[in-house]
Amino acid sequence: MLELQHVSYEVEEDGEKKQILKDINLTIEDGTFLVVTGPNGGGKSSLAKVIMGVNKASGGKILLDGEDITDLGITERAAKGISFAFQTPVTFKGIRVVDLLRMACGKQISIMQACDYLSQVGLCAKDYIEREVNGSLSGGELKRIEIATVLARGTKLSLFDEPEAGIDIWSFQNLIRVFETVRENVSGSVMIISHQERILSIADKIAVIEDGCVSRFGTRDEVLPKLLGTASAVNAACSKLD
Amino acid sequence: MLDAIQRHLIEEIADLHTVPEGAYNIRANGKLDSRRTTANIDIISKTDKSGIDIRIKDGTKKESVHIPVVLSESGLKETVYNDFYIGEDCDVVIVAGCGIDNCGVHDSEHDGVHRFFIGKNSRVKYVEKHYGQGDGTGKRILNPVTEAYLEEGAHAEFEMVQIKGVDSTVRTNIAKLAAGASFVVHEALMTHGQQTAKSVYTVDLDGEDSSADVVSRSVARDDSVQEFEACLVGNTLCKGHAECDAIIMDRAKVTSVPKLEANSVDAALIHEAAIGKIAGDQLIKLMTLGLSEEQAEEQIISGFLR
Repeated sequence: MLELQHVSYEVEEDGEKKQILKDINLTIEDGTFLVVTGPNGGGKSSLAKVIMGVNKASGGKILLDGEDITDLGITERAAKGISFAFQTPVTFKGIRVVDLLRMACGKQISIMQACDYLSQVGLCAKDYIEREVNGSLSGGELKRIEIATVLARGTKLSLFDEPEAGIDIWSFQNLIRVFETVRENVSGSVMIISHQERILSIADKIAVIEDGCVSRFGTRDEVLPKLLGTASAVNAACSKLD
Repeated sequence: MLDAIQRHLIEEIADLHTVPEGAYNIRANGKLDSRRTTANIDIISKTDKSGIDIRIKDGTKKESVHIPVVLSESGLKETVYNDFYIGEDCDVVIVAGCGIDNCGVHDSEHDGVHRFFIGKNSRVKYVEKHYGQGDGTGKRILNPVTEAYLEEGAHAEFEMVQIKGVDSTVRTNIAKLAAGASFVVHEALMTHGQQTAKSVYTVDLDGEDSSADVVSRSVARDDSVQEFEACLVGNTLCKGHAECDAIIMDRAKVTSVPKLEANSVDAALIHEAAIGKIAGDQLIKLMTLGLSEEQAEEQIISGFLR
């Protein structure tokens, strides 16, 4: 279980302090599939990065299974069972897909095992396993490889930052299937940042982050109907046109 | 017989744990240690200067030649001339390389001059690894010169690796390509401490439809200094591509000097160069997979130099 208690995050811009997250209180119970949504610039990605430790919280506490992890770095949090799929996957020169999956598993898995993870995200494994994780792969391919690394880690908390962003419609349809599979098979908790109604519709819980605060939090049935027709829904629709 | 240090050097430069298959010539501390020739590959010592001639018969396929050199005596300096005469329609692998162990106070230096005369339609893969070790104050110096002359339709793939322990190196590489010949170079270089490395390539694309692809990946750490110069000369309808990517760390310095010379309207030449430190988001990504910052750095570097 992950608990955020009064978490805040601020940055300095042009000598002025700017509050990105303000007094966030949020609990992700074990086995929960949480979708975080809300307008762009509201603080969703910052929240995911604060949980992973990429951004350091300016205030408040983060507890994982009751243990205070607020002061731990990325590596330690990863070891405690948090993984993170970036909104924009990172590319490397020379590091192959199989290398990345092996690092994700933390051991020398066989090519066959690595292929399993790729198949789960709908990639034909033999075409990809030896390829370098570089710009020669399309945005959709990189995105799915990114998701595969998180599946390969199999941690108790998996964070996905806008997995649908920047991919084509064909890839998107496949991606939804991937998350439906994750939804069915996942043993730990999942937090997905998304604007997509189809992802929202498979959530257990939905949190709306607006202007650095949790403006709504509840079960899908409580939150989703109210979201339709709101500013965040309009924003989500607009972001699809970008 | 090689001693333990020399055997370790051989393992580092040639991945050899036992006597290699096929032809070989092992040189240790300036002298011939052992040699084997085959029906198709002859190795003859030069009489006028230090070095060997390697003669490979027409049509020799799937054979290999290993010619490692090891230096474990401090203060030894040598220049060795090795000439490879590769016949027509061959398909061979040549593994060279030099390992220096210098525990003394005097500089040790090996300058290998390798010339390749590659016959029509032959394919050659050449692997050269350089490695240095030893805790003496004497420097480990390697100044290899490589010249490749490719006849019509010949293909050569050169893999040059220097990852560790060489204090000073100047690598000079020349290639001349006839019609339809292709030349591929993959260089991987890492320098640390106070090391200096310079790598110069000049490729003349003389024949129609010849092509060259020279790719250098290097990592400069600590206070080391690197310089990469690639000159592609297109004299006719040809394609040339040179790429120099470097990761710079600590207080190192890297210079990349691209040079393209087109002497024909049909020459298509490209040069790419990028120098930069390890990207922060690459480190973060690998750390989210559970690696420490140091482990992430090592993975990024070893992938980059692959």
